[in-house]
Amino acid sequence: MTVDTMKQIETEKMVINFGPSHPATHGTLRIILELDGEKVLKATPEIGYLHSGFEKLGEHLDYNQYITITDRMNYLSPLCNNVAYALSAEKLMDIEVPKRAQYIRVLMCELSRIADHLLAVGMQAVDLGAMTVFLYGFRLREDIYDLFEMATGTRLTTSYTRVGGLMRDLPEGFDKAVLQLLPNVVNVVDDIETLLNKNRIWHQRTKGVGVITKEDAISYGISGPQARASGIDWDIREKEPYSRYDDFDFDVIIGLNGDVFDRYLVRMEEIRQSIKICYQTLDKMPEGEVNIDADSGYILPPMDEVYNSIEGLIYHFENIMPNRGMEPPIGEAYVPTESPNGELGFYIVSDGTRTPYRVRTRPPSLINYSIFSKIIEGHMIADVVAILGSLNIIAGELDR
Amino acid sequence: MFLQNLITKVTEQFSDSILDTTEFRGETVLHIKGECVLEVLEVLKSEGFHFLADLTAVDNLEMGGFERYSVVYHLLNHGNGERLVVKAYVPENNPNLPSVESLWKTADWQEREVYDLFGITFDGHPNLIRIMNPDDFKGHPLRKDYPRIGKGERKDFPIVERNIGTKIGRSES
Repeated sequence: MTVDTMKQIETEKMVINFGPSHPATHGTLRIILELDGEKVLKATPEIGYLHSGFEKLGEHLDYNQYITITDRMNYLSPLCNNVAYALSAEKLMDIEVPKRAQYIRVLMCELSRIADHLLAVGMQAVDLGAMTVFLYGFRLREDIYDLFEMATGTRLTTSYTRVGGLMRDLPEGFDKAVLQLLPNVVNVVDDIETLLNKNRIWHQRTKGVGVITKEDAISYGISGPQARASGIDWDIREKEPYSRYDDFDFDVIIGLNGDVFDRYLVRMEEIRQSIKICYQTLDKMPEGEVNIDADSGYILPPMDEVYNSIEGLIYHFENIMPNRGMEPPIGEAYVPTESPNGELGFYIVSDGTRTPYRVRTRPPSLINYSIFSKIIEGHMIADVVAILGSLNIIAGELDR
Repeated sequence: MFLQNLITKVTEQFSDSILDTTEFRGETVLHIKGECVLEVLEVLKSEGFHFLADLTAVDNLEMGGFERYSVVYHLLNHGNGERLVVKAYVPENNPNLPSVESLWKTADWQEREVYDLFGITFDGHPNLIRIMNPDDFKGHPLRKDYPRIGKGERKDFPIVERNIGTKIGRSES
């Protein structure tokens, strides 16, 4: 087609609605796309479809009750949310949980990270037409969820942590089950990388698409694998270790180009590092209690004591009755943690009563999503799903 | 040490805008007046706190504070891993302060969220509209005087008039 004939074609700007219930949004997201042919001129994300007032609710629930709400934020890795909230509450109350509890938290967080990254990569692949990757990942994720079920009793809404420890210790045979699973993870990661790493279609769909530069990443507050893919050497597990992450040896994965392909590579390599951490936690797992002393007034006494001794019963009721309960000091605390999506932290303000005065979630999904309209500009409409998948937006956390 | 020096420097530079400096559980909080937030954060950004980790607000109605609302900025220095919390206070009758969107793009959506949930307005924000709630929503839910369980929720919805069977569609017997 010559330049002259090109000029004669008059195109009109078309506005289409992507979502809120589109199969590729994996949650209730809505994007208003202004298109010129297949090229995206402008994208306006509309969020809030899943806004459920979690932060308002947190002002009316006590510290342990709110843990059940944190499950519902990032529902792909609820254990990371549980741990992040418990750490903030413990910092506020100046509690140091036993070493065993901290190691179990690390193990659970890393298993969640594996599950989350597998699903993120799988979803991204299925949106771009690679169904097999998704099935491999999903199959393994089910096995990891079986482990969660074994430890916490539930698969999705785990609510495993408590302020001052854990809901319960690991069950018999849990370490064996984890050791049995981890070689499978390596196999699946190898399989996925064999399918995708040198796949020409995958390269064409992901390389140079949705590039986040280092400056943009800092300006937009991007964190987690998305930021590391852009070359920012910042992993909270290494730089600001919480829950004894400094006892473990792992590498921080950094990409160079900041495109969709690099974000995929960073995620896959982080799964390998998580496997390394899982082995180390099992090797070094100390014996002992998982909860702090019940006399401190922060934790519920064991059920056995509640049913069989009067002191246990009194402690139990002292903790759960509406006009009693834990008495944290007046103050505020924020603990940044490295969730699979980025920096997740709970900013808790306490006025000294049994319920927090204000609970703010630092939502990595919301902050990572805000760059979307910038990086999609000028790309094809088919790249919308590629970029969305690589940012791994979880609507529950996005809207809270 | 770095943080102490920086705070001393900022306190000298903005002596009449800094209200207080507190520390709790190892977190340093700088309390400032709302109107000078852009200048103070600009200095802090140039001194190394180049990453705005979080932006939120607290309603001090029941708890007490310098003013009714405080907008909270969590700053992070990637160079040495230090964090600093800046609390900017804005009064009840005119909750308004300058936007920091010109310093960090991430403030765009987060200031919209604060506006939506607290009703605090930001000067110089390019697109200050609601983000979580629908545009026609009334009230700001995270304010302490906004009830958790709504008062008169039913009356907020318009009454739907049912016209079926009155004009069109009614069969003439």
